[in-house]
Amino acid sequence: MIPELGHFALILALLVAIAQGTLPMAGAALDKPRLMGLARPAARAQFILVAVAFVCLAASFVGNDFSVQNVAANSNSELPLHYRIAATWGSHEGSLLLWVLMLTGWTFAVTFFSRNLPQALLARVISVMGLVSVGFLAFLLFTSNPFDRLIPPAPEGRDLNPLLQDPGMVIHPPMLYMGYVGFSVAFSFAIAALIGGRLDATWARWSRPWTTVAWAFLTIGIALGSGWAYYTLGWGGWWFWDPVENASFMPWLTGTALIHSLAVTEKRGAFKSWTVLLAILAFSLSLLGTFLVRSGVLTSVHAFATDPARGVFILAFLAIVVGGSLALFAWRAGKVGLGGGFDVFSRESALLANNILLIVAMASVLLGTLYPLFLDALNLGKISVGPPYFDAVFYPLLAPAVFLMGIGPIARWSRAPLPELAVRLKWALAVAVVTAVALPFVLGRWTPLVALGLFLALWIVASSAANLWQRLAGSHQRGLMAKLAANSPSYYGMLVAHLGVAVFIVGVTLVKGYEREQDVRMPIGESVAAGGYEFKFLGVTPGPGPNYRAVTGTVEVRKDGRLIETLRPEKRIYNASGQTMTIAAIATELTGDRYVSLGEPLSNDDISGAWGVRIYIKPFVDWIWMGAFLMALGGLFAVSDRRYRLVTKRKVAVAAEPAATVAAAE
Amino acid sequence: MAKLKPRYRRLGWIFAGLAVLGVAAALVLNAFRSNLVFFYTPTQIAAKEAPQGHPFRVGGLVEAGSLAREPNSLTVRFRVTDTAQTIPVTFTGLLPDLFKEGKGVVAQGTLGADGVFHASEVLAKHDENYMPPEAADAVKKAHDGMTMKSLVTTKGGS
Repeated sequence: MIPELGHFALILALLVAIAQGTLPMAGAALDKPRLMGLARPAARAQFILVAVAFVCLAASFVGNDFSVQNVAANSNSELPLHYRIAATWGSHEGSLLLWVLMLTGWTFAVTFFSRNLPQALLARVISVMGLVSVGFLAFLLFTSNPFDRLIPPAPEGRDLNPLLQDPGMVIHPPMLYMGYVGFSVAFSFAIAALIGGRLDATWARWSRPWTTVAWAFLTIGIALGSGWAYYTLGWGGWWFWDPVENASFMPWLTGTALIHSLAVTEKRGAFKSWTVLLAILAFSLSLLGTFLVRSGVLTSVHAFATDPARGVFILAFLAIVVGGSLALFAWRAGKVGLGGGFDVFSRESALLANNILLIVAMASVLLGTLYPLFLDALNLGKISVGPPYFDAVFYPLLAPAVFLMGIGPIARWSRAPLPELAVRLKWALAVAVVTAVALPFVLGRWTPLVALGLFLALWIVASSAANLWQRLAGSHQRGLMAKLAANSPSYYGMLVAHLGVAVFIVGVTLVKGYEREQDVRMPIGESVAAGGYEFKFLGVTPGPGPNYRAVTGTVEVRKDGRLIETLRPEKRIYNASGQTMTIAAIATELTGDRYVSLGEPLSNDDISGAWGVRIYIKPFVDWIWMGAFLMALGGLFAVSDRRYRLVTKRKVAVAAEPAATVAAAE
Repeated sequence: MAKLKPRYRRLGWIFAGLAVLGVAAALVLNAFRSNLVFFYTPTQIAAKEAPQGHPFRVGGLVEAGSLAREPNSLTVRFRVTDTAQTIPVTFTGLLPDLFKEGKGVVAQGTLGADGVFHASEVLAKHDENYMPPEAADAVKKAHDGMTMKSLVTTKGGS
């Protein structure tokens, strides 16, 4: 009964989505306020219906209803409750339902935080989101119904993939999808503005907080996924340039370009067409990511061809959305206009250059991700494009963009003469260069890449400090607190996010430069030295878990003969699937991790024989995720800026004033 | 410099964009030349189609009963088969969790003059979503019971 209720709710949601996608749009075109007025109630009804469907699916998982195919395939009665709930979005069907839930949730939020948006614009925005939702609901209902029954019911479920039975994996998909799908708001604003032919600073100011929030969630989602890979895959890697990872990283790069370009459009009225294009691109890449991960084309392009319903549907949907919006862009962009002019040396230039670099870097990732698929699809041979390709292409493209991060925020809008920039940044540059050259000697070994990485990180920190210092020194307020309070939250948000990038770069640089990795054969009682520590293997003990059997190793870690910790890496065999999992034991410090994971027993006697053991020293690795969280925090800080709320209270005509002044200046 | 005509300035930006693209293209081509790793099946290797000394990937099933460990080291030997041909592989290191005899595997490394494949990296099927594509394909071909003939026809331009 519950699954049927959920199924029914989904069908109703599709019908509501069709109404939401067409009627308000028609109302905006025909100037019929009553049709436009349908936008809000339809969006809210759709969210409630999808939420009901989602709760129904979750209830089927919690209640171990193995007559539902999706539950039987992805859960098990032994599975602990929280993982049964998480299993709701652990499968293909469930994760798509989560996708739609997020989409309708974002639309729901738009209906509340848009009180003073012009009615026609709001109607168009919500209609576009409704149309996207139609696509996904149809996809769910026609190719991937999560409520399909299994007749006769399975006596027991096949279990959730053990890799996903992890707290990080419980929250990673919702966060990631919040980000992915959140770009649909910026996309819908862009499409609505193109249709309406009105695209100005006000439009950018409305889009900005939505885009920034989505970007912050995506940042957290990617960081969680990376952290999960680090500690559950047992290889100690935090990024593999795997197509699944790239699928989430490409929208992130584009979204990063978008939030910077939106800043220019809001403040200066410039880059309008480019901003719209980025908004379309960011969401298109989110869709592409969904296609890559969900169609099975990554597993095998040929598997995709043998069961084409799902893949072809997403591909067709992708073609309609991307093709349609680009066609609309080509048709209407001329009306939008290019916006204000600016000097070669100006903040606009720095941001535009940063945008170009980010997008080209994104394109290089896209190429590396899709090229093997194309070759394979055309039967031109099978190749793999691994981390060396991405390292060789991505870092050289992004390093100049990071260098510009030091200049952009300090450069004036419109015109920032080089000599003035040099005066304002010379100390920051000097400090960064000297420290970056000296620091690797202190850390152990001097290599050019470590020095370069540290320079970029220090440059961001030093130039941000110089920026803040000059702002405070130039402030008319009395007292430090008053001076600090005179700057907007979005300014501090920017500083925090940029600081996050610096912290991230420190992590990446030091872990790449100084990590130690040893795969060793360890008989019981044997010790191994690595990175100034001594690791002693004391053997393994078997023990049961809730839905698995485990073997737990004991490894004592000593420094200078003194015992500092005992690490207990695990090897699990899950009852239902028989799948083996490696659970690494990690000792975390601010300056790095000691990481131990069990390989395999090297003799027939698992318990008293020798084991293969993996020992890693990972200096500053946690800074990678700390940096990502700082970036996200900066984004949320920026959104708290009062001007985003004020603008909704002011009348539209007044808020449009920056665009008008820029237009006049031109 | 400050007061260029907007049209020229736009042209300037277009050139700057093209320059970045050019640099990117150079980086990509260079990276492709040195970092692309081709995939060969044991049948293709047996037919001497795989390069010697240059790294590539081989995929197939770990032949049942072929796994042997060298005492007192992490070196293992096994054979990879596509059900038509087999190739001996040696690897020093820890094998992934899902490495099992009779299951799919992909190894990256170089082919020695002795006909033994020296793997620097071994990947095994992790689950439906985390399987290296080549492993999937090799496993699929093998599972489908593809004969030698059809494997030969899929060698393509590699």
